[in-house]
Amino acid sequence: MAASTDTTAAAPSSTLRHASGNILAFFILLLIGVLAFSIRLFSVIKYESVIHEFDPYFNYRVTQFLTKSGVYDFWNWFDDRTWYPLGRVIGGTVYPGLTLTAGTMWKVLQMLNIPLSVETVCVFTAPVFSAFAAWATYLLTKEVKGVGAGLTAAVLLAMVPSYISRSVAGSYDNEAVAIFALIFTFYLYIKTLNTGSLFYATLNSMAYFYMVCSWGGYTFIINLIPMHVLLCIVTGRYSPRLYIAYAPLVVLGTLMAALVPVVGFNAVMTSEHFASFLVFIIIHVVALAYYIKGILSPKMFKVAVTLVVSVGLVVCCAVVAVLIAVVASSPTKGWSGRSLSLLDPTYASKYIPIIASVSEHQPPTWPSYFMDINILAFLVPAGIIACFSPLSDASSFVILYIVMSAYFSGVMVRLMLVFAPAACIMSGIALSEAFDVFTRSIKFYAFQAVDTVSVSTVSPQNNVVETDKKEDVLKERPSRKNKKKEKETVEKPLKKSEKEKRPLILPVEASAIALFLTVLLGAFYVVHSVWAAAEAYSAPSIVLTSHTRDGLHVFDDFREAYAWLSHNTHVDDKVASWWDYGYQTTAMANRTVIVDNNTWNNTHIATVGTAMSSPEKAAWEIFNSLDVKYVLVVFGGLVGYSSDDINKFLWMVRIGGGVFPHIKEPDYLRDGQYRIDSQATPTMLNSLMYKLSYFRFVETDGGKGYDRVRGTEIGKKHFKLTHFEEVFTTHHWMVRIYKLKPQRNRIRGKTKKSRSSKMSSTKTRTITKKNPWH
Amino acid sequence: MRGLFTKIHICLTSQSSKSQHCSVPIQTSRTLKMAKISIATVFIALISLLLTLTHSFSTENPTDRRILVLLDDLALKSSHSIFFNSLQSRGFELDFKLSDDPKIALQRYGQYLYDGLILFSPTTERFGGSLDVAAVLDFVDSGKDLIVAADASASDLIRSIAAECGVDFDEDPSAVVIDHGSYAVSGTEGDHTLIAADDFIKSDVLLGSTKIEAPVLFKGIGHSLNPANSLVLKVLSASPSAYSANPKSKLSTPPSLSGSSISLVSVVQARNNARAVFSGSLDLFSNKFFKSPVQKAGSSNKYAKSGNEQFVTELSKWVFHERGHLKAVNVKHHRVGETDEPAIYRINDDLEYSVEIYEWSGSSWEPYVANDVQVQFYMMSPYVLKTMSTDKKGLYHASFKVPDVYGVFQFKVEYQRLGYTSLSLAKQIPVRPFRHNEYERFIPTAFPYYGASFSTMAAFFIFSFVYLYSK
Repeated sequence: MAASTDTTAAAPSSTLRHASGNILAFFILLLIGVLAFSIRLFSVIKYESVIHEFDPYFNYRVTQFLTKSGVYDFWNWFDDRTWYPLGRVIGGTVYPGLTLTAGTMWKVLQMLNIPLSVETVCVFTAPVFSAFAAWATYLLTKEVKGVGAGLTAAVLLAMVPSYISRSVAGSYDNEAVAIFALIFTFYLYIKTLNTGSLFYATLNSMAYFYMVCSWGGYTFIINLIPMHVLLCIVTGRYSPRLYIAYAPLVVLGTLMAALVPVVGFNAVMTSEHFASFLVFIIIHVVALAYYIKGILSPKMFKVAVTLVVSVGLVVCCAVVAVLIAVVASSPTKGWSGRSLSLLDPTYASKYIPIIASVSEHQPPTWPSYFMDINILAFLVPAGIIACFSPLSDASSFVILYIVMSAYFSGVMVRLMLVFAPAACIMSGIALSEAFDVFTRSIKFYAFQAVDTVSVSTVSPQNNVVETDKKEDVLKERPSRKNKKKEKETVEKPLKKSEKEKRPLILPVEASAIALFLTVLLGAFYVVHSVWAAAEAYSAPSIVLTSHTRDGLHVFDDFREAYAWLSHNTHVDDKVASWWDYGYQTTAMANRTVIVDNNTWNNTHIATVGTAMSSPEKAAWEIFNSLDVKYVLVVFGGLVGYSSDDINKFLWMVRIGGGVFPHIKEPDYLRDGQYRIDSQATPTMLNSLMYKLSYFRFVETDGGKGYDRVRGTEIGKKHFKLTHFEEVFTTHHWMVRIYKLKPQRNRIRGKTKKSRSSKMSSTKTRTITKKNPWH
Repeated sequence: MRGLFTKIHICLTSQSSKSQHCSVPIQTSRTLKMAKISIATVFIALISLLLTLTHSFSTENPTDRRILVLLDDLALKSSHSIFFNSLQSRGFELDFKLSDDPKIALQRYGQYLYDGLILFSPTTERFGGSLDVAAVLDFVDSGKDLIVAADASASDLIRSIAAECGVDFDEDPSAVVIDHGSYAVSGTEGDHTLIAADDFIKSDVLLGSTKIEAPVLFKGIGHSLNPANSLVLKVLSASPSAYSANPKSKLSTPPSLSGSSISLVSVVQARNNARAVFSGSLDLFSNKFFKSPVQKAGSSNKYAKSGNEQFVTELSKWVFHERGHLKAVNVKHHRVGETDEPAIYRINDDLEYSVEIYEWSGSSWEPYVANDVQVQFYMMSPYVLKTMSTDKKGLYHASFKVPDVYGVFQFKVEYQRLGYTSLSLAKQIPVRPFRHNEYERFIPTAFPYYGASFSTMAAFFIFSFVYLYSK
């Protein structure tokens, strides 16, 4: 839309036209920023200004620590309140980009005497950075296809639902800043590629450093850019600009990446980074070849080529052999689990239950594509086609980007986030091109109708302006040094394209209707995005709401439970729960947890999983050995909250069984079915998780014990806890907290026991007779 | 009681002197007012005294003071007077009640009125007042002590109290312990139910340091203990020839209890260090047995006096915490060369750990001397286990290096010795890895790499110089 106004604001004086266009573009960008920020505020308006979900709570806690203790203490922070008793070296295991960003923002605001709390800054970090991301998208797309495409892409990105889902106010997670860093790095790469300027190349490696600081997804960059370089070399598009865009990035980028504690030597030791080094070697070989080609005569060159190719092949074979050897001997067998699951989508679910158990590591479904990128899905192919006419270095990069990210998003739903900017850029290009064609046709006919005489003069003039503008973007911008040299080469294709370019003119009715329909399409996109931002993605997930006929119900059980813990337990007490709630417990209740969402130690998680799947006594012993005082379970059976621990229970069994083989998944399934009703297996009904979830549950509905999530009556209704005691259950029973009973003060003698055991044994005998299922 | 009165007296004098001292500036005021003040101070002193009385069982003074004695028959008071007198002479305040007295109450307003309970009422089926099995067990679970004497025809009540503590009296109600091997020789042949037992537990803490020479006379029922139960101890076992049966009827089936697995007297130390003595014989405590001469069958040694008095007295000292009660105080740890306790250690730090352990002697805390107190540096399993050295004045000390593992560790002292109260200290301390600037800056083995990088830099500089200015 903006593109059309910009391009059609044709004035006789091109400088005036440029100036007004630039001012217009500036204000449009400003508005895009406001849009990107404000569309993400639904969560604050509808709920409150709180941190969302799980990981953001950890980031928030880290940021609090940073603002209190400073950067060095943060760097060296050994956290003894999580992963008890192992502890966690936070400074060395966390991507510090987000935290440092928010911490700096807070510090700057403090210095300006704007007394915002750390929490407020954290809540609004993501919306602010999505505005930045929109602007970065503008810059990137501008480099590829011009200002119009840039503005359109920026608008689309400002409200693409996929990105909104991760960056609403309160969603204080790495992705919030990482997407901006990703796009900005790509922009600087393209910028360097187009200008060949070392300045931008340096900036590029700094942006890459910021990305490495922010998110593990930086490996996408360090694989995508080498791929593009390789593509350029293979398609004969090698140029010194490519070299300048790539070589400094690898060297500086790798050096700086190694400075980030969490990456460290991984930057040169894991195979995710090897592609960049391989391409680094290749580009040098190619550069040498081009150099030699320049100084030798064609004949000599042919001789040299045969010589070099034969020698080069040998060297390459040696290098490949070395690389394979290094990969095979590197600590993680070359590839880390998460990366392997990218290449082989079934890898994780086969071998690593802890990765497979996370819902965002699952492959997405088709509807989720429509939900997350909406009409962009249809516009992307058009954008790809537009990128092919003409194919430049920049547009080939964008094509590669969308192809790769489309593949990865199909593997892991979380990577939809990387796909969304690419889709926005492509759709921006497509829409902009479409608007270009439609408005040009309409203008062409309009001029024709007004002044038939001037048609012949206007249209080519218009045409020249168009192509001129495009060339301005597409042409290989020479750096100052070799401006003169390059000018000659640049002028030739310019003249050529002028001759070849024939403007595509459509019938005016068709273009008017098409224009209308395109605007309508855009409008649908806006409607969908606003709906997604307002309804689908704004729930903070620690406060839940439901609409019924009686009105709005708010379920604030999580905070109720955490507040109870923080007020009623000793500050050094250990709370065990499934790892999902670890971050929240440490951040909101300030209590030590056994495992949390940073799933770095599988054995420890498996220990908790085993305890949850064991009978009461065994579980008590496991928890007691870990000094656990309280056990927290999330239970949704009363209000129908479906992501509760019973639904996650099979994962606990699987993860526990992966390390402790006495826990076997089939013991918890009846004929392969997971059930908690009267048909459930005795192992299931005796497991700690079942007991803690359904203890006293039967009292809530007068003896039926109807679980609203599973939609059945529970299997075992009346039972007592021997080793645990209930200490707190929230209002809607969503969180239940149990305390480990202390060891018995006395040990009973036999006489009493033998009597009772006799009685119980006779009881069980009668039961077995009655119950045909045993 | 005399001691208490003197205490009150001292308090009174001190308080009144204080009030006089206070009233010095207002010398002109009427003496009536002064009297009022002094009455008030006396009242306050009394109240504070009462408070100290109710808290008499404290960590600072673990010996019990007030003991409730429940009897079947008040005649027991005189027939067992030696035992009671020895308690009273040691400063205990005994409160004798019939076991079916309706006014029996162990606690009032949530406070226990007694620190110990002696149940010399083996036949009582039901206690009077609010007392029942659960109340007795709650009494034990709150750290108070208990002496239970059963006898032939012990009631279910006594049996169930014992069973709850891990002592299983023979279930046959008519069975008593019979020993044809080591019975006490008496004038008449008898049925050998009066046993001269001398198989004591070998523990100075339980039975005192002076050896009990004479056998102990026992007449009553036996009990068995679950060997897996670590909280109960056989103090007096029957001889291998003993068995538990009804002496009046013929033995048709093998006796359920026989040999040295029969325990005659057992002690229980609960996890909260409450102590209890279970005896199968009430007569064990009686004046008659205390004074009677004893000769074990098959032995030529004839003792003028049985070992009962010594045995019972020593055991009562143990059960009422006059012996074998340890306390650990002043747990300190710090880096070598420092005195302040750090909030966190670093891996490979050298540290010192010390703790003071004292034993209660009945009147004061004496240094506890042993060479087997160990400290653990523990994270899921002990990384360091070290025996602490002692200066014989109660101070135990160890110094060691923090292992090269970070995490949340605990200093643990788990000291469980026969007869002593269990010491279980745990102090949490995190251990962090090196800070970023605590690593060595230059590693000798890496010098080739330093050389390589610096020579490359130099070479590049020379190369650029030559390349740029070689024309």
